[in-house]
Amino acid sequence: MPEAKYLLVGSSHAALEALRSIRQFDPDGAMAMLTQDTHPPYSPTILPYVVSGRSRPEAVLLRDRTFFEANACAFVPNARAVGLDAKAKTVKLESGETWRYQTLLIATGAAPAIPPVKGLDGVKFHVLRSLDDAKGLRSAMGGARSAVVLGAGLVGLHAAENMAEAGLSVTVVEMQGHVLPGYFDAKASERIEAAFAGHGVKLLLGRKVVEAAALDGGHSCRVMLDDGKAVEADLLLVATGVRPAVDWLDGSGVAIDRGVLVDEAMRTSVAGVWAAGDVAQAMDFHTGKPALIGIIPTAVEQGRIAGAGMADDPYRKDYPGGLPVNTYRFFGRVALSIGQATATDGVEVSESDENGYRRIVLADNRLVGYASVDQPFDVGVMGELIRRRVDLSQCKDTFIARPADTGRRLMSEQWR
Amino acid sequence: MGAAFDTIAFKASLCDGCGDCMKTCSEVKGGASRLAIVPGAKEGGFELAICRQCGDPKCVQVCPSGALAKDGDSGVIGWDAQKCVDCLLCTAGCAYAGIAVDPQAARVAKCDQCDGDPACVKACPTGALEWRRAGSLYREYGDKEDLFVPGLSGCQGCNSELIMRHAMRKIGRNSVLATPPGCIPGMGSVGYNGKTGTKVPVFHPLLTNTASMLSGIRRYYDRIGRKDIVVMALAGDGGTADCGFHAVSGAAERGEKILYICVDNEGYMNTGMQRSGTTPYGSWTSTTPVGEHLKGKTQDAKNLPLILTAHKCRYVATASTGYMEDLYEKLDRAVEASFEGFSYLHIYSPCPTGWRVPSSKVIEACRMSVDSNFVTLWEYTNTAGLRFTRSPDNPIPVVDYVRTIGKYRHLDAGQLAHIQAKVDEQVALLKLMAADSPSPPAAHRAPGGGEAPAAAGSLSGPLRQEIARN
Ligand SMILES: Cc1cc2nc3c(=O)[nH]c(=O)nc-3n(C[C@H](O)[C@H](O)[C@H](O)COP(=O)(O)OP(=O)(O)OC[C@H]3O[C@@H](n4cnc5c(N)ncnc54)[C@H](O)[C@@H]3O)c2cc1C
Repeated sequence: MPEAKYLLVGSSHAALEALRSIRQFDPDGAMAMLTQDTHPPYSPTILPYVVSGRSRPEAVLLRDRTFFEANACAFVPNARAVGLDAKAKTVKLESGETWRYQTLLIATGAAPAIPPVKGLDGVKFHVLRSLDDAKGLRSAMGGARSAVVLGAGLVGLHAAENMAEAGLSVTVVEMQGHVLPGYFDAKASERIEAAFAGHGVKLLLGRKVVEAAALDGGHSCRVMLDDGKAVEADLLLVATGVRPAVDWLDGSGVAIDRGVLVDEAMRTSVAGVWAAGDVAQAMDFHTGKPALIGIIPTAVEQGRIAGAGMADDPYRKDYPGGLPVNTYRFFGRVALSIGQATATDGVEVSESDENGYRRIVLADNRLVGYASVDQPFDVGVMGELIRRRVDLSQCKDTFIARPADTGRRLMSEQWR
Repeated sequence: MGAAFDTIAFKASLCDGCGDCMKTCSEVKGGASRLAIVPGAKEGGFELAICRQCGDPKCVQVCPSGALAKDGDSGVIGWDAQKCVDCLLCTAGCAYAGIAVDPQAARVAKCDQCDGDPACVKACPTGALEWRRAGSLYREYGDKEDLFVPGLSGCQGCNSELIMRHAMRKIGRNSVLATPPGCIPGMGSVGYNGKTGTKVPVFHPLLTNTASMLSGIRRYYDRIGRKDIVVMALAGDGGTADCGFHAVSGAAERGEKILYICVDNEGYMNTGMQRSGTTPYGSWTSTTPVGEHLKGKTQDAKNLPLILTAHKCRYVATASTGYMEDLYEKLDRAVEASFEGFSYLHIYSPCPTGWRVPSSKVIEACRMSVDSNFVTLWEYTNTAGLRFTRSPDNPIPVVDYVRTIGKYRHLDAGQLAHIQAKVDEQVALLKLMAADSPSPPAAHRAPGGGEAPAAAGSLSGPLRQEIARN
């Protein structure tokens, strides 16, 4: 039975960062990275650029064989985990093979959440999470004239833009009243919506798909909306969110809410098992409660902490809590948000419509959220002010009037 | 050896917000400036946003396209325009705005240190930006053999130990070393139980005759045709300025081909911190105590390197471990000169024990001593005369330096004024001597757009007279 001191399941941001973190402390403890994917590591975030053709699929790979050799880590593709026996400390693969571990990292990320829409299982539809998904969508796009996208989150909007730019006539159906809910307030979203409308994308907001049906022998489809209207298209993309990939943990004893529950050290409820990234439900910075924040910065940070714990690094730091971060480009424009950028209750909000839109959210003279459209700001600087809970009472007016300069100044003072 | 890299350092106190760095950067790089000077908290103060080329760069870790990577040789975090998909996640990784959106190009831009020759630094007229090359020195010399035993018994944070190890690493095995009584043999250079503390021949002359003995050794080597050997001393200030001075002066006057390095910790530190001829005015020492009547040393230090220039030596220079690049360049030139004539290198060396400086603050003290002109960095040759290797213009007040040193804790306003006046006088004299040599590049003008500092020629009458008297 193959065995590893460190067994990493998943080959994306969280697992790669755990690898790095382990190797900083333990240069040669036996390590293996198992992934269901057939490719070397890449980021799901790059996929819209593969769909658009901007990035070639072979140019988006983040690590190669030399990297794994140099880091003494066995990279095992085509290895889909289907079961965990935490008592025996083994992971079972779809192939029937079993791996034994001393420490295990669950970094299986998230998978597209397919909504329970009547008739959907009888329709050929696309999702966008893996490189093969992206290649499939790109080639399907080539033969399609129209597309309907379910969901106006990041994935849906990216793909909608890709397809509109490729000349398809695109309709996006979103349940909520605005695009990118959670990241942007209505005013910011409206600007993004206007851009999509300006590029001929039809946004159907506040609408639900209630039924889907194949047409034309499966070459196209029709979706029925809750207002009784119907949309027909050659291509259907389902982008209604993601769900942590936890199916394989059934019966393992690992505590799961919506994702794998972890403590401040990214430990799960089971000894010897850690979790990080989109699969984990770790503490939210603002509420202090477990939350799903499926973005790269949290995957990376959690991966590092988990790796340090697995290697028993005495300098491991506790997870400070995740902050939502979004850097979004649409039709060459920029929308950014960090923290509680849409908060309205118990906070002090300053909005400005000059040269783009910005929304600064303060609580108790401290920054808690920031969003902008068409007015780039230093997301990392603002994030640090939020994380450090920097008291801005001495410079609040200046900060609100000139947030970029003031933020840079504050950080420069911290470290020259 | 671990990694160490050269870096662009920013001294906020010298920045007057002229923006020349940003203008130059955007000209050279074509696009937005990759560094940003921003208003500081205090009126007229400024701060800097620039890539710090982090050792554990978050921008790299969060990049989904593999467009960012830290170069193992230069330490620079490089950006691959081809791979980058403009998602801006890197800007969320950076807490210093070191990678930011260039609004014109709508892409990120970051500092690449101009391949080791940063244009912004050259454009900075006040010296607020500085290119520090200590990283490449470390990489170049870190792997070289350390010619002292590992376990020297210096005090914690000893700067002299640093000087010895650096100097010998640079000079190499082809040398014969004299270490007269002082901290250097005291911490073990001459060894114990019949074994030396060095990997080169070392001997322990009297405090008084170091330069004379070295003269003889050099002459003997010359006679047997071994002209490649560096014959050198690592001596303290006592053995150089006081008891050993006649021998040093004589060897210098005769032009003996030796390298004499004086490690100046401003007193007899190994025997209990007594004053020496180089102990500065106002210093507490065990023989210049602070009490009801005495308030530290009542005389000024003698400027030993300046005295050596009066001997018309082949080479005289001052150095500080606060400025390693400068020290290493001078070691090179000093060694070379020692094959042609008397070569003298005076290295200032704060003593954590005797000066009452925390060991963690020793290098800071070195830097502040230079930044305040308490210590000036210059070199002299008998053909080219004297030139500053670091501009003495726009210094910080001496009191800022003095306040960091325990042995000056008792100083009153009058004593502080005396020290500042002495420093100004020494600098004025050096400027007179350096009048024919161009100033080093940084700090052409005082911050705040002020006039260039008074040139040596325009010194006021009384100061000129004072200098003439000296
Ligand atoms: C189109 C798109 C755009 C995005 N844009 C952004 C953005 O702009 N900014 C941002 O911060 N984030 C963005 N994200 C989210 C971001 O990509 C994720 O947060 C990040 O990839 C999470 O990394 P992870 O390592 O936790 O999991 P994932 O990246 O999901 O990786 C999971 C890994 O586990 C493997 N795996 C899954 N199940 C199994 C199994 N049973 N057995 C073996 N291996 C398994 C997978 O093959 C994969 O290698 C985007 C995501 C998508 C899809």
